[in-house]
Amino acid sequence: MKLHRIAALIVRHLYLYRRSLPRMMEIFYWPFLDLVIWGFITLYLVRYQSQVPGFVTFFLGALILWDMLFRSQQGITISFLEEMWARNLMNLFASPLNPNEFLAATMAMSVFKVTCVSIVMAVCAWLFYDYNLFLIGLWLIPFVLSLVVTGWIIGVFTTSLIMRFGQEAEVLAWSMVFLFQPISCVFYPMDVLPAWLKPVAWANPAAHVFEGMRAVLGSGVPPVTHLAWACGLNAALLVAMVAWFHRTFAYCKEQGSLVRVGE
Amino acid sequence: MTSPVLQVAHLTKRFGEFTAVDDISFAIKPGEILGLLGPNGAGKTTTIQMLLGLVTPTSGSIQMFGLDLAAHREEILQQVNFSSTYISMPYALTVEENLSVVARLYGLTDVPRRIDDIVKKLEMEEFRHKITRKLSSGQMTRLTLAKAFLTQPKILFLDEPTASLDPDIAHKVRALLQDERRTSGLSMLYTSHNMREMEEMSDRIIFLQRGRIVAEGTAAEIVARFGQADLEDVFLKLARES
Repeated sequence: MKLHRIAALIVRHLYLYRRSLPRMMEIFYWPFLDLVIWGFITLYLVRYQSQVPGFVTFFLGALILWDMLFRSQQGITISFLEEMWARNLMNLFASPLNPNEFLAATMAMSVFKVTCVSIVMAVCAWLFYDYNLFLIGLWLIPFVLSLVVTGWIIGVFTTSLIMRFGQEAEVLAWSMVFLFQPISCVFYPMDVLPAWLKPVAWANPAAHVFEGMRAVLGSGVPPVTHLAWACGLNAALLVAMVAWFHRTFAYCKEQGSLVRVGE
Repeated sequence: MTSPVLQVAHLTKRFGEFTAVDDISFAIKPGEILGLLGPNGAGKTTTIQMLLGLVTPTSGSIQMFGLDLAAHREEILQQVNFSSTYISMPYALTVEENLSVVARLYGLTDVPRRIDDIVKKLEMEEFRHKITRKLSSGQMTRLTLAKAFLTQPKILFLDEPTASLDPDIAHKVRALLQDERRTSGLSMLYTSHNMREMEEMSDRIIFLQRGRIVAEGTAAEIVARFGQADLEDVFLKLARES
């Protein structure tokens, strides 16, 4: 065993970290995120111990809904990555295909993924834990649709970043969505968050969905206000993100990086 | 007089301080093959990328079929295609699946027959159902050529289309290109580092150096102008000056 060969490999990897923000993020990002999420969950359980109605209902339902959002985002970002990995972007964008059509196709793929994942998870939850996802009732439908759109927003945002920064930013395809998890209040109510973080969370459509879900399960109160907020924010953010995608696309064409992305 | 299918006027592309393409103008007539020659980094690929709408020019205009590319991108690209040694196609799909996706992308009709025709023309039968990942580089080049021919374009941009082909297939590809030009009036912009191929294929040649056109004419005219024995010597002379 030669130390210099081991050192060569270590140096090879350290070189990557020196110039790569996404790689640096990976070192600090996941532990930090785990700490934040589990910290808030712990706070929730300590503070509201007597008022938490049925862990399974809350956590399993929240987990399934979160996964729908995650798959929706992945449907967009992974579709773009597939084209990037296959060096197919030049073929696509030298054809009559326009950026809106590209996004529409990735959104359709995202709906396909969410549908498959939802069926699998709902059936598994029912088989393994006797958990019925439809406990939430008909509210489940607008909740899921709203989460799919939030997933699209994060997906288009992430895709724009990957298109702009290239292969280096690939890691964002799997990590970006989790940046939104603490402020989506998936596993704990908004009350647990510190005061300064609440306005940020309220601007996140997913937080309204999860708050709404808890309202239905906890008190049976129809979450009309939350749903209206979720829909309004989704509409505004989706328009903003698609506009940003177009801007990034134009910037990449200007810089000549659209044909180099993935290299 | 026939109007050109492609008209480029004062096309310039700068990346920061670096000028990749510097105020070039040229035109291609229907059925004409224009050779774009120049050393690496001369601006050939950037020019093709601008013509395909993949890179935005800093200044200048590109017109195809009398339409401005910036304003009529979709109409123009419906009638244009390209092939390059440097592109690929989705690895996890078979050759036929890839061609089928391209056909849908361009809204083609009678897709199975068109695929059959192109597969036969380019002698791709033996790897028609093969996963693209498993293709040799020569087979991959034939696939990208097939994707370009499938859409029956009126203008074809070819960036070193025969670079990874064996002489037999390269010869067949050249024959196919000439045949398409004769039968359908296909116009082509052709780049290659193979000087004999350039002489054989091109009606006219544009020589690019540091993004500028330094020579233009038939191969014979260019050779005579620079007082060299052949196109390869002209290339070496100009490339070493740059």
